[in-house]
Amino acid sequence: MTLQHFMNEAISPWMREQGPNHDIVLSSRIRLARNFADVPFPIIADQKDLEKIREFFKENYEHSSFEEHQNFEFISIRDLTAIEKSVLVEKHLISPLLAKKEGAAATLISDNEQVSVMINEEDHIRIQIYFPGLQLTKALSKALEFDDWIEEKVNYAFDETRGFLTSCPTNVGTGMRASVMMHLPALAMTKQINRMMPAINQLGLVVRGIYGEGSEALGNIFQISNQITLGKAEEHIIEDLESVVQQLIEHERKARTRILEQSGIELENRIFRSLGVLEYSRIIESKEAARCLSNVRLGIDLGIIKNVSRNILNELMVLTQPGFLQHYAKKTLTSTERDILRASLIRERLQFEE
Amino acid sequence: MECHECHERPATLHYTQVVNGHKTEVKICEVCAKEKGYMTTYPEEGYSLHNLLTGLFNFDTGHVKTPGSHIQKEHQCPKCGLTFSEFKQIGKFGCGECYHTFSANLNPIFRRVHSGNTEHRGKIPKRKGGSLHLKKQIVIYKAELQELIMNEEFEQAAVIRDKIKELEANINQKEAGDSK
Ligand SMILES: [Zn+2]
Ligand SMILES: [Zn+2]
Repeated sequence: MTLQHFMNEAISPWMREQGPNHDIVLSSRIRLARNFADVPFPIIADQKDLEKIREFFKENYEHSSFEEHQNFEFISIRDLTAIEKSVLVEKHLISPLLAKKEGAAATLISDNEQVSVMINEEDHIRIQIYFPGLQLTKALSKALEFDDWIEEKVNYAFDETRGFLTSCPTNVGTGMRASVMMHLPALAMTKQINRMMPAINQLGLVVRGIYGEGSEALGNIFQISNQITLGKAEEHIIEDLESVVQQLIEHERKARTRILEQSGIELENRIFRSLGVLEYSRIIESKEAARCLSNVRLGIDLGIIKNVSRNILNELMVLTQPGFLQHYAKKTLTSTERDILRASLIRERLQFEE
Repeated sequence: MECHECHERPATLHYTQVVNGHKTEVKICEVCAKEKGYMTTYPEEGYSLHNLLTGLFNFDTGHVKTPGSHIQKEHQCPKCGLTFSEFKQIGKFGCGECYHTFSANLNPIFRRVHSGNTEHRGKIPKRKGGSLHLKKQIVIYKAELQELIMNEEFEQAAVIRDKIKELEANINQKEAGDSK
């Protein structure tokens, strides 16, 4: 597996499988923050110490395999072009923070893109594991096994009382951030999601839009994750998150049914107009594209649109991001050029479906 | 770590500077900090943590930091050199040892950030925590042993005592292995 491979497909291999509740839950992710016991955290460490950590990962894990996660590719961030960095960020394989780092920042990515390790981000080690649909328990046990595998060779910063020690006090303890990516168009349409947010926050969970800025959730895609990492076992954190996600799924399904019953023709109109925009536009901004893609995906889930695959939302949300578009064009583009290329890629992708 | 400006004195101050959206870590000595008039700015944060910490510490934002008398007297991490006021400023620890150094001041912060919690209840690392698992088991056995002795069940007590000895030997072996 090479960097080029990660760059060419907008959709990661694991996303092609359908997980539980795939009509609403796009993916489940577990992220674990870990540090070496005897090296200061990246924010303060000497460059040569961080360089040693980078070397350690290259020597020990490049082209290694962990169970079904084969042939880890080792990539130093400083070897990437700006466009390559954005593509890895847009695919959620690395964080925006890692992409901005120079020096000893690096990543390991498995060939199925399900597992990635960020090296010298805010912490020395950040392990990320994705599963399609709602599969938090499975993702957690896989992440903990992977963690044991890394720990065979790494002396972790761990304290009996405080747990896994991290650079930021918000991650200490389990070092775990579990998150679920959900498509919630009906809850967004009826503004119910805004009313539910305070209650969800009360439970120590955070809801935010994953694309776009601020409170706006581009494509009606929301990420729900735990905020508390200290004083609760990993399994309990997951249980609480899972139960909130289950409730959101239920509410979303109910809201979809209600909209369909009360204003079916308006909904159908909205969905088909969106499909029309995507099929015929010559210039389209990312916001409009995201809105239309969300509507079309809803249409697919409700059986209103029949011959388009569900992956269209995940795939085109990534494919139409600035980094990907420029990678495709093999050059930097102005925003107008991007809007033109975006429209043309979407048209092409939809024709391919028919 | 030497000062980025003069390359002579040790860098005792760490700043995060944001200029036109570009973030740089500045590590300098107090003399240069005074001369160059470094401004203190904050690293971008994902969500509400920054407000949380700011509210908690009542930071004075946007001022030129005047490194002076109070800094030297302050708690400083022996391993990474971070002071408590620097921790408050950047909201990040410099190393694992910081957790011990600043331990007495951390509970209110953890309580605030983690809904009242201050102690870890989750995973114990398999290898490193190896003897920790055993230590917890010994505590359980010792309580059991006490009870057996109280009840004058000496035969059973001897069995438990042997188990404790075995675990302790195991721990010694493990810890000797770790420090090699
Ligand atoms: Zn200096
Ligand atoms: Zn320290």
